Amino acid sequence: MSILIIAEHDNASLAPVTSHVVTAAAKIGGDIDVLVAGSGAQSVADEAAKLSGVNKVLFADDAAYSHQLAENLADLVAELGKSYSHILAPATTNGKNMMPRLAALLDVEQISDILSVESADTFKRPIYAGNAIATVQSSDSIKVITVRGTAFDACELNGSASVEAVTGGHDKGISAFVGEDLAKSDRPELTAARIVVSGGRGMQNGDNFKLLYTLADKLDAAVGASRAAVDAGFVPNDMQVGQTGKIVAPELYIAVGISGQIQHLAGMKDSKVIVAINKDEDAPIFQVADYGLVADLFDALPEFEKAL
Amino acid sequence: MKILVPVKRVVDYNVKVRVKPDNSDVDLANVKMDMNPFCEIAVEEAVRLKEQGTATEIVVVSIGEAKAEEQIRKAMALGADRGILITTDEAPSSLGVAKLLKAIVDEEQPGLVLLGKQSIDSDNNQTGQMLAALTGMAQGTFASQLLIDGDKAQVTREIDGGLQTLSLNLPAIITTDLRLNEPRYAKLPDIMKAKRKPLDKKTAADYGVTLSNSVKVLSVEPPAERKGGITVGSVAELVDKLKNEAKVLS
Repeated sequence: MSILIIAEHDNASLAPVTSHVVTAAAKIGGDIDVLVAGSGAQSVADEAAKLSGVNKVLFADDAAYSHQLAENLADLVAELGKSYSHILAPATTNGKNMMPRLAALLDVEQISDILSVESADTFKRPIYAGNAIATVQSSDSIKVITVRGTAFDACELNGSASVEAVTGGHDKGISAFVGEDLAKSDRPELTAARIVVSGGRGMQNGDNFKLLYTLADKLDAAVGASRAAVDAGFVPNDMQVGQTGKIVAPELYIAVGISGQIQHLAGMKDSKVIVAINKDEDAPIFQVADYGLVADLFDALPEFEKAL
Repeated sequence: MKILVPVKRVVDYNVKVRVKPDNSDVDLANVKMDMNPFCEIAVEEAVRLKEQGTATEIVVVSIGEAKAEEQIRKAMALGADRGILITTDEAPSSLGVAKLLKAIVDEEQPGLVLLGKQSIDSDNNQTGQMLAALTGMAQGTFASQLLIDGDKAQVTREIDGGLQTLSLNLPAIITTDLRLNEPRYAKLPDIMKAKRKPLDKKTAADYGVTLSNSVKVLSVEPPAERKGGITVGSVAELVDKLKNEAKVLS
């Protein structure tokens, strides 16, 4: 067996989630190669070479891959991937965008968001917003899989894989990057943070999220939000935690003014410890909380911050 | 421009599904079904493009059980012009659906295909991307804004770090995210009118597509239950528990 992992990166550094995918690949077993496709991404390739257990880094450096456009990338991976038994990527928006396109090019199904590796062909994955876990077995000759990063530990970083340049840079010419509007934050990344503080509709407006930012900075936490808070325009979409947003599993998740719809729970219920602060004692969030505090968040948050 | 909108019949988003005692699947007997919420957003976007004069015809297609006609009629009540229902004996795989949709794209030659980014039952998030691969078209997934300008579509996508804008050659495949629009409700006269809109009933064989699924579901289990928690009386007690019991704060 041989496994190809698609590295997640921004051309400057390797995203930590890639190292979680390496752990999933190691559970499948076999030689592990990592593809770094980007533009001016030598530093990413060097970082990927340090992932423990990786045999070889394939480095495709071409302007066609600078923004991870699925049309260009899927063609490259379909070409390179033919000799592998498994192709893995993290279930990030990049992975979710490109991998099904790749699978269709290879005429195979794709297995989304795996939580565990049962054997080389059998995996567990969530369905129905995580209200059920399916064990699925694939008979495809190449298994195309996205991996939920929070379900696997990070691998060590003491490897020394070789870096091999691959050519084939080809711009399909049907899609082009226009621009991006990326959130800039000094706080930890949501899916990798040890502590996450999230706000919901109960925050009432975007300004009140400052209360969460202050608390988060004291805890070195990331800040998330429920869909209700994002839809209401309090905060941008990249903060959404839930079935169709980001999936988090921190050591501590603090839900503030969040009622706890099943779609939100799907994104955070694997957190180790869950705290809920809500003035509605019947809010469903209390059913999954380890520690529930029935209180007005505008009283509780300043007090919480002071008590730290 | 003709717009093709594939829609899926799924469990209503408010229903908390339960796993069958024999762990073979979830229990959908007597459970309320509806159009997948992301598909509804796709229908709404198509209707808005028609209202703006960009689209001339909206064709809605659903693949699965015969009852999916209800979802096609709903899309028609919202503004779709005609429908195609492809019935299958078993729930088709993502690739199977994509192959059927490819056959429909070849036949209908739409200028744009609008789909939901994922269905809330299988949570796969695959079909649009697979269709894009099979048709060789560009894909704008997780769209929160869509502008049609001549032979290009400018699409703003919800990505992990924020928003990304791409320019795609038309025809293209667009999959919808939550913030693309807020779907309208169907009005009663439109629901009545929808009953008379044309609907073609087909099978997979009519399109020469053989459905198979290389991914077999071995079992379905409920997720691990969280142990019941406790209610604390004050912020001070909460902080104390987090430090000394859960040991997640120092």
